[in-house]
Amino acid sequence: MLNNQGRPTGVDGAKNVGSATGFATYTGSRGLSQVEGLIYEIGDVKRTGVDFPEVEDFESCLGGMERKEEIGLVGLSEPETMRHYTRLSRKNYAIDLGLYPLGSCTMKHNPRINEKVARIPGLSDVHPLQPISTTQGALDLIDTLAHWLKTLTGMPAVAMSPKAGAHGELCGLMAIRAALEAKGDARSIVLAPESAHGTNPATAALCGYKVKPIPATADGRVDLAAMKEALGPDVAAIMVTNPNTCGLFEREIIEIADAVHAIGGYFYCDGANFNAIVGKVRPGDLGVDAMHINLHKTFSTPHGGGGPGAGPVVLSEALAPYAPIPYVLAGEESFELVEHDVVGGKSFGRMTAFHGQMGMCIRALAYMMSHGADGLAKIAEDSVLNANYVLASLKDVMSASYDGPCMHEALFDDRFLKDTGVSTLDFSKAMIDEGYHPMTMYFPLVVHGAMLIEPTESESKGSVDQFIGMMRHLVKAAKEGETERFLGAPYNAPLKRLDETAAARNPILRWRKTEEE
Amino acid sequence: MTIYYSEDHEWINVEAGVGTVGISEYAQNALGDIVFVEVPEVGDDYAKGDEVAVVESVKAASEIYSPVTGEITAINEALEENAALVNSSPNGDGWFFKIKISDENELEGLMDADGYKKFIAGLE
Amino acid sequence: MRYLPLSSDDRAEMLDKIGVKEIDDLFVDVPPHALLKGLLDLPLHMTEMEVEQNFEAFAAKNVSAGSGPFFVGAGAYRHYVPSSVDYQLQRGEFLTAYTPYQPEISQGTLQTLYEFQTQVAQITGMDVANASMYDGSTACGEAALMARRITRKNKVIVSGNLHPQYIDVVKNATKHTDGIVIVSETTVNKPENLLDQVDADTSCVIVQYPDFFGNINDYTALADALHEQKKILVIVTTEIVALGAIKSPGEMGADIVVGEGQSIGNGLNYGGPYVGLFATRQKYVRQLPGRLCGETTDADGKRGYVLTLSTREQHIRREKATSNICTNAGLCTLAFTIHMTLLGEVGYRQMAKINHAGAVKLAGKLKEVDGVELLNSTFFNEFTVRLNKNAAEVVEALVEHDVIAGLPVSRLYPNNPDFANDLIIAVTETTSEDDMDILVSELNEVLSC
Repeated sequence: MLNNQGRPTGVDGAKNVGSATGFATYTGSRGLSQVEGLIYEIGDVKRTGVDFPEVEDFESCLGGMERKEEIGLVGLSEPETMRHYTRLSRKNYAIDLGLYPLGSCTMKHNPRINEKVARIPGLSDVHPLQPISTTQGALDLIDTLAHWLKTLTGMPAVAMSPKAGAHGELCGLMAIRAALEAKGDARSIVLAPESAHGTNPATAALCGYKVKPIPATADGRVDLAAMKEALGPDVAAIMVTNPNTCGLFEREIIEIADAVHAIGGYFYCDGANFNAIVGKVRPGDLGVDAMHINLHKTFSTPHGGGGPGAGPVVLSEALAPYAPIPYVLAGEESFELVEHDVVGGKSFGRMTAFHGQMGMCIRALAYMMSHGADGLAKIAEDSVLNANYVLASLKDVMSASYDGPCMHEALFDDRFLKDTGVSTLDFSKAMIDEGYHPMTMYFPLVVHGAMLIEPTESESKGSVDQFIGMMRHLVKAAKEGETERFLGAPYNAPLKRLDETAAARNPILRWRKTEEE
Repeated sequence: MTIYYSEDHEWINVEAGVGTVGISEYAQNALGDIVFVEVPEVGDDYAKGDEVAVVESVKAASEIYSPVTGEITAINEALEENAALVNSSPNGDGWFFKIKISDENELEGLMDADGYKKFIAGLE
Repeated sequence: MRYLPLSSDDRAEMLDKIGVKEIDDLFVDVPPHALLKGLLDLPLHMTEMEVEQNFEAFAAKNVSAGSGPFFVGAGAYRHYVPSSVDYQLQRGEFLTAYTPYQPEISQGTLQTLYEFQTQVAQITGMDVANASMYDGSTACGEAALMARRITRKNKVIVSGNLHPQYIDVVKNATKHTDGIVIVSETTVNKPENLLDQVDADTSCVIVQYPDFFGNINDYTALADALHEQKKILVIVTTEIVALGAIKSPGEMGADIVVGEGQSIGNGLNYGGPYVGLFATRQKYVRQLPGRLCGETTDADGKRGYVLTLSTREQHIRREKATSNICTNAGLCTLAFTIHMTLLGEVGYRQMAKINHAGAVKLAGKLKEVDGVELLNSTFFNEFTVRLNKNAAEVVEALVEHDVIAGLPVSRLYPNNPDFANDLIIAVTETTSEDDMDILVSELNEVLSC
């Protein structure tokens, strides 16, 4: 026990420190910062924002199952709807508003041409089960994206249906398990470094594997000796993120791959950080057997407040036969969609209805075509350059966890805040007052009070310079004892710190009419 | 009545072959605001070292391992409504469960109050 | 390159600050043989206009559903989405925001999730709903896993009237954790027959409502019988508009309700992204997969929203998490909730009524066609007909006449000759009477020769 990640979650620290200034307003709004109630407080069950025609009387075929009770849904007219969501949107931070330095999340610019082409009716208004003869363009598009992904990774096959990164991990591990089972040797253990993202162990468990953690070396990489020690005939695979979650390239990646192959296991690479190496390094040249690619990271499909994403998985020759259905086959004249495993086939099965995240595939392919082979390599270079520039510009005042060079993200820990009374959380919240979204905090777990900064290639030098200046300013303030600005932060956001403890102790997960009465 | 402590920061208060188990003041402090405790079911058997309960703060979930082998005879139902009892009274009202001890020899591997005091002093 | 702001002067200056000579000095940790020396064999960068032209070319090789009479449903439905929905989706503050882990600057996303959770709980008739799964099929797989956690039993009984691709997803999702999936025979009008399969090792029964073939069954008796044996009833709805017309699954006694939410706010998009709905009873909240948004207050006592009960999730619980899901259907939930807010109770019910009325009308017209037999006695906006010819061949023949007549069941059951002539036909508010008449006359022609 005692695996607390050390992050305060109540509001005590923020209470009564520098409360809002100025006069109380009648509405609670302050200028352009407007208070907005729930739809349940501003609408009612009789209002609607959609006009429908009347329906002539007819005899229903519902078999006596008519819904009689009021559901309680409230409606808003169209102007009210527009205002409600526009007001709410303004309470969100977004890439379109500023640098979004979330490490391992790759919050890069989301080009609008991607959105435009995804809405062409010939692509968006196509049903997944309409005749295959009427969807040749869709299959061509999937096949084209597959070609780009295979070329960029140097891998012979790709499964296109996984719906997000974690779903891709599951796809990769299921292919590995199927390949092992085909040899009559399913095995039971998956190795994963301590610094792994939580989805890795969660996925392994879903696949029926026990996870054995591998420690890191002092320089933030997989401890090869410890890993070799842990390898044995019961190890199915190792899951390694490369570049890893400390923002470092695994120098001994080839040795890692060789070692796991030597015991008959497979190498699953978590491709969350592919942005750092796209067009520069092909995972296929590193001994990888399977790797998912987050289209919503490296290839700019929007995060949309938490999704949707897409997680195609590239597979080695050894794993390709086990890929899930459906998949596209390019014939001489036309494309075929294989929706059922062929007789005697080895596919491990189906991960989702239909064909995966087509809308995301369209956006990602538009992004790839925009950059081309030349532009994609530049993405990797500029993202790595921006991160190293941040590292070089902050390491004299903050505590860098590892020496550079880093890849596309720079990891700091909270040693520089020692004796200031300011925590990583406080520091992050103060960044909000400066108009920034905080970096990833308290992850990875291998350093104390982690701060993982990923500027991405979308930022200009001017933007990164301002970010660096802001960070240096806050470090100075913390070291000079200006604790109030940290402990009560944020002061300038729509809300102050929220009481997560109260939310978890007494979960209120929906609006109910009784609350009002 | 004797109280023993484990290196996992559980205490067990033994009375007439039944142990009452909770977590220490040090542990509740380290975990921060406790929001939920998953307790075992009465009648279930656990071996020493088995995962018997889970204590959750907002950002962490920590397993509680049974300090002894035995059968669960009671659980602290008050925790269901008010997990904060673990913070306010870790050694009293915030107890987790009672266990009928199969083998009192197992208690010998645990620390007494003084031993535990030294143990946590050595942690930092 | 229009997306890359650094100039070569900037790059030189920054390399200087870092203290290296050239960019590849930052890639020193890469094994030298693996660092590419030249460009990969892919096209070079394109102008925005060229990119668009490429996609217009892909699109031209598809037949869009809106280009002629169109009757395919079976888990994805062509509904009209009001323009204001897409406008809001494309606001950068929604589109380009991350998961709301910093609640002070994410209240927009969080409040919409809270409203979404409430709407989903209301329409399914359940206590609570999560902030979405990838889609209906993966939500169905998660429901099976959740039922197994609750009951600590392994076996899952699946109705043969569940969407066959959903059945495959459930099998795949449970197979490596000792899951046993039993698929029953099709059970139209006799859901209680599923009880024959239930034994001591059974965790749950999964049924669809309306089912894959369009039938509407009352699952109340099934629910009661399962609860007596402490089993879980999972009800799946792939056409969420139906719940504006028929009893909610909660009313029938469902313990878990999963749904495909695509019909509200989201386009067909050739299969994704869609939005998985997931709702349950209060007592099972801690077994829910995925994100949950909850109400709380800030340091000044103002109401606000946060992601909560996170100890269920992978980023904290790791291998013991309730699911491995991280990224979910975020923006698709926003589309759902905005569309539902525009509809309100009145609009949702009227939309359902129009859908049902249209299907009733088309069913009536088809009954008059020689060689068409309606197999359903009940349905919402979708029903199955048996033709006097192979359904797949009929559909292909009608494609030539710019009509997409429905889904031949054989596409999903290729090895079952019983289904060879069966066609599932869906009607929505986008289907005009002209569309119906064209289908009827085309079928008359093709079935009579």
